[in-house]
Amino acid sequence: MSTTQLFTFTLRLADNALILAQRNSEWTAHGPVLEQDIAITNISLDLFGQARNFYQHAAALYNNFTGEEKITVDKFIPQLWKAYNRELQEDDLAFLRDEDQYLNLLITELPKGDWAFTVLRQFLFSAFQFYEYTTLKKNADVQLAAIAEKSLKEIVYHLRWSGEWVIRLGDGTEHSNQRIKHAINDLWIYTEEMFAPGGFELIDNASLKIDWMKKVEEVFDEATLANNSEEILVKSTSPLYIADGEELRVRRHTEYFAELVADMQYMQRTYPNSVW
Amino acid sequence: MEVVTENRRQEQVIWQLLQQVNDPEVPVLSVIDLGIIRHVEVTSPLSKSLGEGWGVRLTITPTYSGCPAMDVISMDIRLKLIEHGYRNVVIQQQLSPAWTTDWMSEEGKQKLKQFGIAPPNPKQQFCSSEMFQQEAVQCPRCQSYHTEVISQFASTACKAMYKCLDCKEPFDYFKCH
Repeated sequence: MSTTQLFTFTLRLADNALILAQRNSEWTAHGPVLEQDIAITNISLDLFGQARNFYQHAAALYNNFTGEEKITVDKFIPQLWKAYNRELQEDDLAFLRDEDQYLNLLITELPKGDWAFTVLRQFLFSAFQFYEYTTLKKNADVQLAAIAEKSLKEIVYHLRWSGEWVIRLGDGTEHSNQRIKHAINDLWIYTEEMFAPGGFELIDNASLKIDWMKKVEEVFDEATLANNSEEILVKSTSPLYIADGEELRVRRHTEYFAELVADMQYMQRTYPNSVW
Repeated sequence: MEVVTENRRQEQVIWQLLQQVNDPEVPVLSVIDLGIIRHVEVTSPLSKSLGEGWGVRLTITPTYSGCPAMDVISMDIRLKLIEHGYRNVVIQQQLSPAWTTDWMSEEGKQKLKQFGIAPPNPKQQFCSSEMFQQEAVQCPRCQSYHTEVISQFASTACKAMYKCLDCKEPFDYFKCH
């Protein structure tokens, strides 16, 4: 594995955590009941913490790069930072990149939707994170392995909490059952991207699918939910793909992402280098 | 030889001082009680720019990745050491091995209970992803085990919210991790 590959993959992990944390934090003071409002924002806090650890690692890697390595990853480096004339820091990566420089999975950036959508997304993502980080724990890069080991203890709580909610809604009232079924229909297509090669993975993410599927089916069974979403075989109708001339390529972002980025970056763009 | 002995003696002094640095979120617990101090090393000055005198290298580990108290804790440690003449201090963060509530001191667990927060159960009892498990948590007020969970997440990431079904009081539980 090359160090530039390690850098982009670390950025991918950081972006996934940051963007979902940002989305979930929109529930702050809007949760259905106080306890669950606190729960979802606590999950956000854990994800922000994980993102920070990954961004710090990515920045340290970059600062130690040779000139040639820096050129290789230049397309992911924020323009604005270059005018700062100092070493790259975690906040530069989190708050100063342009939309198309973020490498997060599309599922993390979708609008928060209703409570069923939020808890189902969290469950599908936490289950993925659980198996992904379990593999990363054995990674040759010591710091990446340490962050994975640390994060896993938090993910176990997220997985349990979100899984319980999926069961509660699926096996609840007719109305709650309908809501979670709608969420499955809306979200399922986006899970495909978790296991598709993105071009910068350091692990074989396709191999995680069997365990992930087993976990999802186990919870869906208990929730009395059958997954009737069919895989969309015609790529041109899938929201994951976009026409690029004659070709179809995986969409970099959804139409909802620009607003999220504008909101998230507002302070650092308006008051450069501001700190708490 | 003498220098080495003196360094070890200084380290003992610093461990003592750290007992006076408390967690800002749970002020009855010191950083020692929490089990987040992984290593203390006293050497000759680390860098002239940090001043003369003993060099102190401390390694701490965060409780949770996103715990906002960690930055404050680092600062409080630094201030406490400066207060006692140690100006040459480097604080490092280490993630692995990951912090566990098993590292919390027995004294710390007693202090938590007296403060009204149920201390963490031993890790082997309940720390898995299995769903809808009920953990027997003792009410810190009336000692009853007849309690139930309200939420796995509470005022801080490290606590869960419980309710005692005997004395009817809600309480925080420092969850096992």
